[in-house]
Order: sequence, then structure tokens, then C-alpha cells
Amino acid sequence: MAIVVFSGELQRFTGEERTRVQALRYREIVAELLERYDALTEENLMDMAVAIDGEIIHTPLLETVGENSELHFLHRISGG
Amino acid sequence: MAKSHVSTTINGEAVEFLCEPGDTLLDVLRNELQMTGTKEGCGSGDCGACSVTLNGRLVCSCLVLGVEADGAEVGTIEGIGSNDELHVIQQKFLEHAALQCGVCTPGLIVSTKALLEENPDPTEEEARYYLAGNLCRCTGYDKIIRAVMDAAETMRGGA
Amino acid sequence: MSEAQEFKYIGQRTIRPDGFDKVTGRAQYGADLNLPGMIWGRTLRSPHAHARILAIDTSRAEAHPDVFAVVTFKDFGNVQSEKINAGEGAADMLDLARNCLADDKALYHGHAIAAVAARTERAADDALALIDVKYEVLPPVLNVEDAMKDDAPILHEDQFTQGYEETPSSPSNIATRVEMKIGDVEAGFAEADVVIEREFRTPTAHQGYIEPHACTARYDENGQSMIWCCTQGHFDVRTSTAKLLGLDLGRLKVIASEIGGGFGGKTVVYQEPVALALSRKAGRPVKMVMNRDEVFIATGPTSAARLKAKVGAKKDGTITAMQGWMAYEAGAFKGSPMMPGVMTMYTPYDCANLLVEGFDVVLNKSKVAAYRAPGAPQAEFAAEMVVSEVAEALGMDPIELRLKNAAKEGTQTIYGPKFKAVGLVECLEAARDSEHYKSAVPEGCGRGIASGFWFNIGGQSSVLINMNTDGTGTILEGSPDIGGSRASMQMMAAEVLQIEPSCLKPIVADTDSLPYSEGTGGSRVTFATGMAVIEAATNVVTQVRERAAAIWNVTAEQVDYADGVATNTAGEDKMTLAEVCEAAKKTGGQISGTGNINARGPGPGFAVHVCDVKVDKETGKVDVVRYTAIQDAGKAIHPSYVEGQYQGGAVQGIGWALNEEYIFNEDGVMENPGFLDYRIPLASDLPMIETVIVEVPNAFHPYGVRGVGESGIIPPLAAVGWAVGDAIDRKVTELPCSPPRVLSLIQSG
Repeated sequence: MAIVVFSGELQRFTGEERTRVQALRYREIVAELLERYDALTEENLMDMAVAIDGEIIHTPLLETVGENSELHFLHRISGG
Repeated sequence: MAKSHVSTTINGEAVEFLCEPGDTLLDVLRNELQMTGTKEGCGSGDCGACSVTLNGRLVCSCLVLGVEADGAEVGTIEGIGSNDELHVIQQKFLEHAALQCGVCTPGLIVSTKALLEENPDPTEEEARYYLAGNLCRCTGYDKIIRAVMDAAETMRGGA
Repeated sequence: MSEAQEFKYIGQRTIRPDGFDKVTGRAQYGADLNLPGMIWGRTLRSPHAHARILAIDTSRAEAHPDVFAVVTFKDFGNVQSEKINAGEGAADMLDLARNCLADDKALYHGHAIAAVAARTERAADDALALIDVKYEVLPPVLNVEDAMKDDAPILHEDQFTQGYEETPSSPSNIATRVEMKIGDVEAGFAEADVVIEREFRTPTAHQGYIEPHACTARYDENGQSMIWCCTQGHFDVRTSTAKLLGLDLGRLKVIASEIGGGFGGKTVVYQEPVALALSRKAGRPVKMVMNRDEVFIATGPTSAARLKAKVGAKKDGTITAMQGWMAYEAGAFKGSPMMPGVMTMYTPYDCANLLVEGFDVVLNKSKVAAYRAPGAPQAEFAAEMVVSEVAEALGMDPIELRLKNAAKEGTQTIYGPKFKAVGLVECLEAARDSEHYKSAVPEGCGRGIASGFWFNIGGQSSVLINMNTDGTGTILEGSPDIGGSRASMQMMAAEVLQIEPSCLKPIVADTDSLPYSEGTGGSRVTFATGMAVIEAATNVVTQVRERAAAIWNVTAEQVDYADGVATNTAGEDKMTLAEVCEAAKKTGGQISGTGNINARGPGPGFAVHVCDVKVDKETGKVDVVRYTAIQDAGKAIHPSYVEGQYQGGAVQGIGWALNEEYIFNEDGVMENPGFLDYRIPLASDLPMIETVIVEVPNAFHPYGVRGVGESGIIPPLAAVGWAVGDAIDRKVTELPCSPPRVLSLIQSG
């Protein structure tokens, strides 16, 4: 099971800092999270980048994670 | 308003053009003569991107009227170096990576040439003050000053 | 990527491939393209900082004999509210449209109201005076304190603060509120022996690129419309412009001219859609070039900010809690870089208890644009000033305090992931061991040191390498070259292809010639576009091995490729790259390699700067007398241009710390819109900028590259600010440290 860690922004919707998910594919992880947290919407997640084990990925749609991966949703940075 | 007829010399070539009395030399160079090597950064003489020489004197071409070029000798970036061989100053700017975006570079090269003609052996401080009218936002000037000092030394025939 | 790699070309100081054109004046920038039949566009701008637009009558302007067209907001298509990729905040297409040409309200002094295309620039200027605009002037909101008040005049009736449990029911100038935290700051402060808390203020500052925004646009009803412009991202210009004018992407080609600086300010459109709308109406190509005062009043700048920082530490220097608060000015539309401010503020520190709150606030100033590490310099200025004060209070060396608490591999960041290998400790050690830091502070001077952190980004890059029949090649990339990145692309491709860099010509290709690429920004080009180049070149090598194998009737696995030569390991044969390319016609057609990627794994960039200043106590004038910039590059592809980024970033930060600021009058009119009064650093203001390139490889890049463009602008604000305070024995809390402000600090005794 992978671990999903929520930023302060997302904790407003999830009420907790971290959770474990069964799914290992990004799309299924998102589906699982939406199922679990009523207040969380797809829009909350889709605008965010993810970091999987520290590697920041801008558009993670097709990503898969490992059994013990740690996954963070974070604000998408663009820079100057 | 009637246009004025101007006969001038640019980079050693005789040139004639028509311009409005209010056109700057920079307008004429860029828009009439298609010599776009001279850049416009501010239009108020503060940035030096439009530096040219007028009768050997370094000026901001945005502060000179086109009609003032009549009978004068104008020197622009297009007159420095040749297809076969860059001027030492140009070569040193490249070797020292003294440009990033490059838009201030033509003005800086024209100014550096004027500096080294007036003062072939400037101190770093003299170079910095002479070039204080040429703004560069990318480099922090460090590599520009290194290129200028190296060009000066090379032109003096030093090592 | 772990152990050190041997490189043939990477790390050398080659001559940049576009250099010749740039030192001879041949390189063509935004304002350098003239087309047959071209006319000139100019923009009418609001004289008011806040006003309702009751009516615009363009009839007198249209009757001017030299005028071809006049456009207003109504000439854009049916623009819908829609999130778009533009800068740090959530940008909206409708806001973008209303910034290009005001809709029902003028929201800042200089806001574009209408535009005219005429035979000459002067005629267009004359015609602007013939446009009659009826305004109902409204009270302007000019600072965040006023804008955040409950009874403040509201800029947008449809804006409700996001980020609270429940979205408020009345509109507000606060667009977004964010809070991020780790641990428990109350508990952390309770453990501290020393707690320092201060408030800070930073000014509105402009990117200050020397080349004003410029474009030439030609509308073509048969689908061949074209825009030539100076931009950091021509694919994004195409997206925005096509949306505003209701065009399919395939019917608009955007060509990126050479670009005369951007620093984030050329990531969004201003004139481009207006010029194309004028061209559509006029039936002629239209050129628009901003004046310098327009650049100041209507483009950029970055956010002015109010900040609070509070840091607690134990006697031994262990930092126990760090708390921050910030309100950033977004300008007329939401989307200040407050979020990255919150995310970066304390990221150089490994601290268990963090709490940072941020506000994105709209007011009647021009909409901010990205500026080099957007949002980070302001937030980290506040943080670094307070950390230095903690060191002072503890009687500790400021570098030792930072080393004791430095973020490193495994440090939990406030924004999510834990760090992989990062180079902050190495930068701090290099600072501590530098000749500069070891030297005594000169008599009458002050010294400051500060750290800086920026994420750097990856993102989409598309590259095509076309091989010629003689073994030379062309690298098509989609990232405008703003500081010498063509040289890096050439070197990375040469490294893979094992041929001289000069055999490869890098080109910034137009939007018709490559798939979408994100703009030049976020320190991403050498990292991300470089990765695409490596992929494309690797793709070429694969094909070369296959083609040689076909000729020798062996498998590709039996072909080695090294030093530009393919070798048959099952026989005696050898072919040079040129010979394989020449034979391509017999082996399936010409060879080209693609690298269309969405780069992941950007490496965080840390910088540490050391600054000595001398203060004239009579006038308050500050001179930087010695400066050292140290930064982790991961791997420096072209060291000269890496140093150039450090030096350029440092000097922009020095300018921000010492002199640069927008001065507004009480009506919200900027009073210093020119380089004489908005004073960016001159050659005569500065010493040499010493640099140290630290290389802690980025684990996610084949050569270990990290972005280097942005981090360098962060430390100077606090390094200079602290040095000034040190020199005059006061605490600096407000930037810039301009002579009047420093003098009044001295006199505040």
C-alpha cells in the first residue's frame, strides 16, 4: 500500500494528514481518494503536481507508484 | 509636414534619406535604413542600447534628430568588425560570455570601442564609469568588464 | 546518476552558436521585423487607477485619414472564464483578456483601454487622443492593508476569498488565503530560549529587461496568420492569442524573435492579441512596440509584500519553530506568487515546527507577472533577516547557525515531499571557507550572508534533431534562448553524438515546426529541454546503429557507437557518423531524432551569498564593495553561462535591495516610470561578483543538472539588507535601502 500525504491545503478537505491507498496507478489513487473524502473534488487534485518518492511530476496522469511509495500532492510551480 | 532631405555618412558609406523633423536618428536607422543592430531600450537616453558615434563622439541615437546627421559621420554596430573577422572587442565579448540576452550588446560594443579609443589603458573603475550609461540587466556586468579589460590589453598589444 | 561522470564536451566554455549575430547587431529582436505594407499600433491607456468605463467612442479616431483600425475589448471573441497556464497563481483567460484590453473597468493607471493602427507610429499616437472615453472615477485601493479591510472599495464584485473552510458570502479583494504547516509551532516556540519576531515590507519592483515588449502580427483569413514577438514562450502566446481571437491553433504561427531579457515578465501576452486583432480589422500587418514608460506601468512587475517572520531557537542554535505571514499584491487581477512565497519561506531549514500563512490580494496596480523565482525573494528576505538576528542574539556565527539547521537529504519540506540530495550544506561550507568570508569586514563596512531556495521546474519540451547527409545536424528546440541556452543544447547533443558541438546548429523553432513546448522559465530549459535534446540525440544514435547494422548485415546490438564512429563488433567495418548519414538514403531515408518529453524530477537549487557594503553616513548611500555568490548547479553544462546566471541574479537582487521601487502618488499613478528614476544597477555601482559553482548532482537527471536561473536572486535581499544594518547598527525591515530610507534609519538613533 502506498502512502498519500496531504498538504495543508488539502487537509482542509481530507481532515487528516496522511492515508494509505490500495491502488498503485495514479488514476485509481485519485478515484480512491475521491471515494474516501466527500469534500475533496477532482478539481482539487487535478490542478496539482505530485511528488512520488521525492520526484516532482507536473502531469502525473499515467504514473504508477511502488508498494511503499510516498506520494504528495503539491501546488504546481511555474517559475520566472 | 514636409520631410527633410539628409545627406550623411554611415560607417564610411555615403547615405541619403528623407525624414520628418521630429524623427530621431534612431528612428531613421531602424525604420528608414533597416539598420536594426542599434536597439531602442528607453527612448530617453538612460539605457545606452542605441549608442552610436556622431563625428566620433559617443551619443544615444534616441537623443539625436535624424536631421542632425546631415553632413556628419555616423558609426553604428554594423560598422564594427567584418564578415571575415570580428573586432577584438566583439571576440572578447564572446570569449568571456559577456552577453546573455544580447540586446544591450551592440550598444556596449560601440561604447567600449569609444572608450578604448579615448583611453586605451583604462582601470576597472574607469571602464565601469565610462560604461555606466549602458544598462545590462542580465550579466551583473562582471563578464562585460572582464571582456573590456581583456580587449584593452589585446589592443594594446599585450599578452 | 550517482558517481561522477567523464564528459568530452560538457563543462567546457565553448563560444555560443548565436554569439556572432549578437555581437554584430544582426540578431533580430522583437522590434526588428518590418513587413511590406506594415502599419503601426499604439495603445490608449487609462489615466485613472480605478474607474468604471461608461462609454468608448472611437468614431473620431476612425475618421483620421491615416487610421486603419481601432479595437477595444469587444473585438475579442466571446472569451470565457477558464484556467490557463500563466505564472504562479491560478490565471484565468478572462482576466488575461481584460488585462490586454479593459472590459467594463479600468483597474490601474496605464490599463490598456483601446488600440489604434495607423500608417505611422506618430499618426497612431495622434489618433489615440481622438478616442473619447467616458469614465466614472472610483476610489483606488493602493496597499494591502487598505485592500484587506472589510469596507475597502472592491475591484471585482465576483471575487470571493478562497481558502477558508467556508467561502465567504461577500466579495473581497483577498483572492486566496493559504496556510501550510508542519508540527506545532506553539510547542516549538515554548522550547526556544530566543524568539525573534519582526515585520517587513518589500516594494513593487520590475523585471527591468532592456528590450520593451514588441511584436509584428499579420492576420490571414486563409489560416496563415503569424505573430513575431519577443516572448519567453511562443507556444503560450499562440494559445492565449488564438483563444482571444477565436482561432484554431493550427491557423496561427508564432515565431519567437531573439529576446532581450524577460526574467518572467515575458511569459504572458499584452500586445500580441491586440496587434492581431488590429491586423484582422485593418487587413495589414501591424507592429506594436511599447515605450519604456508603458513597460513600467503596464507590464511586470512583481508583488510588493508585507511580511512577518518569527523564529525561535535553543541556546545551542537548534531552531525549534518558524512562523510566517505574508500578504502579496497581485495587482488588478488575482494571481500573485504568494503560494511559492509560502512554500519557500523557511525551506532552507530542517525544522520540525512550521506555520506559514499567505494572502493573495488584488488592488489598483498593474497585474504582477512572474519575476525570477517568483514570490521567493520577498518571503525568504523576511526569513533570512530574522534567522541572522537569531544568530546575533545567540552570539553564533550566522553560517554556523544555518549549517546546524540546514535542509538536507531527508528533510521534510512544508510543501510535501522530503528532499533527495540537495546542496545547501555544501554551499554554506563553501561560503564559510571562502576567502571573502574569512577576510575581516573592512573598516566602516557591514557584512551579510543569506541563503536562498527555489524549486526549479521540469515540464514539457519538444526537440527534433535533423541529421544532414554530411553528418552535421540541426537541433530544433521550442524554448526561446534568453541567456545562452543554445550553447548548452549544442553541447549536450554533441556529448551524446560524440561530435564537435560546432557540427550542430541549435534553432528556436516556431510553433508550426515542433509540438508544444512550455516557455523559458522556472530555470527549466537547460534541465528539461536539455533532457529532450539528450533523448532526441540518443534516438539518433539508435538509428545510426540500426542503419550501420543494415549495411553490414548484422544486428544493431552488434554495432558500437563511440567518438562519432560506428563499429561492427562482429567484423572489421567502421563508418563515421557522416558516412552513415550519407548512406541513409539506402537504408530507409534520412535520420532524425525526436525528444518530446514532460520532464520530471527537477532538482531544488540552493544558493548562499556573502555581501560587504559601505554606507555613507552623511547621505545614506550604500555601495556594495565585495560580493560572493555560491550556488548548487548539480552539473554545470557551460560554466560561463552558469556563473552568468549567478552574477545576473545577484545583481538584480542587489538592485531590489538597494534602489528599485515603484513610487506611486495618492491617485495610484506611478511617478518614476523610466530608468532614470527607477534605478537599476549600473556598471559603476558594482564590484566584480565572485562565484562558486557547487555541484551536487540531481538524482533525476542523466548528467545531474539542476536549474540555475532563479535561486541567485533570492539571497541578495537579506544579504544586502543585513549588511546595511550591520554597517549602521540598526535593523533593516524595509526595502529598498535607498539613501533617504537608510539616512532616516541612521537618524532614528
